[in-house]
Amino acid sequence: MSNEEKRKIIIPGEVIAKGDYLPGEGTEKKGDEIIALRFGLAEESNKLVKVIPLSGTYHPRRGNVVIGKVENVTFNGWVVDIGTAENAFLPLAEVPRFVSKDEIEEVMTIGDMVVAKIWNINKRGIDLSIKSRGLGKVEDGMIVKVNPNKVPRVIGKEGSMINLIKDETKCNITVGQNGLIWIHGDKIEDELHAKKAILFITEKSFVSGLTDEVKKWFGENKK
Amino acid sequence: MSAAKIFKRPDGRKVDEIRPMKAKVGIIPNADGSAMFQFGETIAVAAVYGPKKMHPQHSQNPEKGTLRCNYNMISFSVTERIRPGPSRRSMEISKITEWALEPIVMLDDYPNMVVDVHINILQANASTRCAGINAAAMALAHAGIPMKELVSSVSIGKLDKQLVVDVNKKEEDWEEGEGATDIPITMTNSGKITHIQLDGKITTKQLKEAVELAREATKKIYEVQKNALKEVGGEK
Repeated sequence: MSNEEKRKIIIPGEVIAKGDYLPGEGTEKKGDEIIALRFGLAEESNKLVKVIPLSGTYHPRRGNVVIGKVENVTFNGWVVDIGTAENAFLPLAEVPRFVSKDEIEEVMTIGDMVVAKIWNINKRGIDLSIKSRGLGKVEDGMIVKVNPNKVPRVIGKEGSMINLIKDETKCNITVGQNGLIWIHGDKIEDELHAKKAILFITEKSFVSGLTDEVKKWFGENKK
Repeated sequence: MSAAKIFKRPDGRKVDEIRPMKAKVGIIPNADGSAMFQFGETIAVAAVYGPKKMHPQHSQNPEKGTLRCNYNMISFSVTERIRPGPSRRSMEISKITEWALEPIVMLDDYPNMVVDVHINILQANASTRCAGINAAAMALAHAGIPMKELVSSVSIGKLDKQLVVDVNKKEEDWEEGEGATDIPITMTNSGKITHIQLDGKITTKQLKEAVELAREATKKIYEVQKNALKEVGGEK
């Protein structure tokens, strides 16, 4: 695989690489060939070949930070809709402070939004946790929904894009891997400005050198 | 081979010539994956939703995900309006499409879930199930469903004694000599057959020839599908 071909669109059944490579996500090894099992961009690093999805639904993975809506309150936790086929469960024990079972609805109730981390995925479902910094109930601000496949573009390389938006708009932004983005700033105008910037990114997500493009956009679109 | 030259198809095509094909991916923004496939005047649109939770609960399979296809002809797709809604024919084709696609989709990671494929025929001029399967294969790939490979489908016809590729309506209603026999065949890119149907009379020797013709034709169709899928990535 030459440098130029490092990122190209792959369709299921296509041979991505031949020879001494390791099969990563969305690929399979047959003989000495690496075959794609999904539609997306092929990427190779350190002899590991994987397929980055371009479209489709959100696939939950362990460690992902997601934003969801509380769908139901049970005696020992909350059922949260994070946009997957299976609803996720946030147990009471995964709240950082002690909560008695009678006060469970005072912490979060149906309709509340929550930032949580996926700590386990098994056959029975997805388990969430809010025992980390930056996680917990969404108190104020606004939620923007984008296509989950465009989340990497919103974050940018090592967070370059999201930091740019944070600096420009003076807002705190939490990006859920499932495509929900929480923006909270001091003024509503700032939040709306950040929202516009994010929607601009999702529209232009196929442009290369997007961070510079967004910088230019901020220059043109002052509040 | 001399017979092949003498044989005249109603629309002047060569015996192994497919009608002009067109394919497009990502045509329905609300679906998780979508595609259009066209054989001349036959147009099929496929939309994929899911994987999502299977309802009703008693149809859930805890071992692996389910593929559910729905084939539908729009009432204005043919010259005489057809009654909308499921019919004996459309239910049969839905099931056939499911069987044609099942060997390639890998739904082991989606227990209790279902992937819905909705195929609508906007315009029909024979070979609609083949166009539907071609569109559905592209739409499934576009939805990010893990698949072993793509499938391509083509109908082989036997008009009197002559084998032809990709039959149209006029040829389907062939009445001279032995009449028409329609053989829709679906193949993976590596040449494995996932679906073959036959109603009519044909000799074993000719059936083998028909499969060989389909092998060549599906290669051409695969190229069209592949190019359509590669194009969509550039836009997004």
